[in-house]
Amino acid sequence: MAEEFEPRIIAFLCNWCTYTGADLAGTSRIQYPPNIRIIRLMCSGGLDPVYVSKALLEGADGVLIGGCHPGDCHYQSGNYKARRRVAILQTILQQMGFDPDRVWLRWISASEGQYFADTVSAMVAALKEKGPNPLKGVGAI
Amino acid sequence: MMDALIDTHNQPALAIQGLLRKLLESGAVEALLVPMALPAGNTTPMLVTDPAALDQAQPLAPLLPINAARAASQLTLTGHTSKLGLVLRACEIRALVELVKFQQAKLDNALIIGIDCLGAYPVADWQAAPDREKALEQMLAQAPGGDLAPVAGLEFREACRICEQPLPEGPHVALTLGLVGVESGQLYVQARDDLAQALELTPAVTPAGAPAGRKAACDKLVATRTQARDEAFAALRARTNSMDGLLAEFSTCIRCHNCMTNCPICYCRECIFHTPTFEHESQLYFQWAERKGSVRLLSDTLLFHLTRLNHMATSCVGCGVCTEACPVDIPVGTLFRSVGQQVQAIFDYHPGRSLDDAAPVQEFREDELTTLGERPRS
Repeated sequence: MAEEFEPRIIAFLCNWCTYTGADLAGTSRIQYPPNIRIIRLMCSGGLDPVYVSKALLEGADGVLIGGCHPGDCHYQSGNYKARRRVAILQTILQQMGFDPDRVWLRWISASEGQYFADTVSAMVAALKEKGPNPLKGVGAI
Repeated sequence: MMDALIDTHNQPALAIQGLLRKLLESGAVEALLVPMALPAGNTTPMLVTDPAALDQAQPLAPLLPINAARAASQLTLTGHTSKLGLVLRACEIRALVELVKFQQAKLDNALIIGIDCLGAYPVADWQAAPDREKALEQMLAQAPGGDLAPVAGLEFREACRICEQPLPEGPHVALTLGLVGVESGQLYVQARDDLAQALELTPAVTPAGAPAGRKAACDKLVATRTQARDEAFAALRARTNSMDGLLAEFSTCIRCHNCMTNCPICYCRECIFHTPTFEHESQLYFQWAERKGSVRLLSDTLLFHLTRLNHMATSCVGCGVCTEACPVDIPVGTLFRSVGQQVQAIFDYHPGRSLDDAAPVQEFREDELTTLGERPRS
């Protein structure tokens, strides 16, 4: 029997909210699927879309971008800038035949450990439904 | 602003040279950036300070070898004090407006002289044309009616074929030189008051404003071009809206970065693709090959285009110099414009329209895109 497809998710999480939320999920011993590889950023506003695109082109099944709730950014406005960039990125992906729903933006605060775990679970389930990233085995890109 | 009509004695090139010379001689400007004819049959933007040199000025030649907004950036960015006139086409003006917003050009001592664009040809095609003078005459003869078809044996650059904003527009244009919808033998001049005085213009007879036929001719031109644009975008989208189609479109890319180097919007001094971020350890290539079975070299070809889209598509002015610069004939410009149209629509942004609109990547609003990032409702 073929092994069940386990999506691989690259997560770019802001230091102040979502990363701390993930930490809280851990220290609270909340279970969530191990399909996520976390890269900690100081701010979601510091994420250049080049890294999201690179992850997708290299075969990541999904990219999760986590930042502070609007109004709560540690640097005042980084998450609003991230929001524009994600809107632009998703539109471009859509236009170019990529599935924009492989990129998730979520506001998760430092106190929302359970919501972080729920988000990862939901994303893993959604990606299992979509199946593997079609670029996974494509070297000529 | 003053609207005037000048009799060109059917020599519009000479009439325009005369106006430019007057600008220099009167001291209204101390230098002009203007397309100049070269012996090889092409033109190139040159900085001209000698009025006598202007007999080689050829702003009507149907060529766009570079987007001269880049030249304007070089001329105005650092310590520029002398009064400069920039003779530009509409797409160059739009690019310049974007560069000013990104603080890559300054208009403090520069004034924009916009000239109606009658379309441009690939430079090599124009150089090879058997009778350029006659071809130019034919182009000029079409201008009054607004039917700008390519002359026999030549094809417009694709960007020009689908350009629906060929005429200089906006309050940042200090002097407009118009031919579209203007009676043959005349040149329409719209000038800021100080320039009208320097050029000794007399107001056109009543009614004030542009010549009667100009709006109709422009509307006709815009309608034709808009239709061509929509058809080109539809055809391109049909080709590229699947992964296989997209990969096929960029399949021949040799990652030379010409499209980026020539793009007026790609102004970054240090492009990320030229930084250590993309100087990978050799081991990494082997890892990538290992993971996928094989890896394309030079690497990151598609990533380069995707990233460029993310960085500049919101400000793409559709000048098409990227397409002309592509050695393997990928229609980069049309692709960028068609994607640009979609991302610009999110913010209702029109690149190059006004110096007062901030570019989408420069600002944000708290009350926009409010569903993005929120917890999905179950």
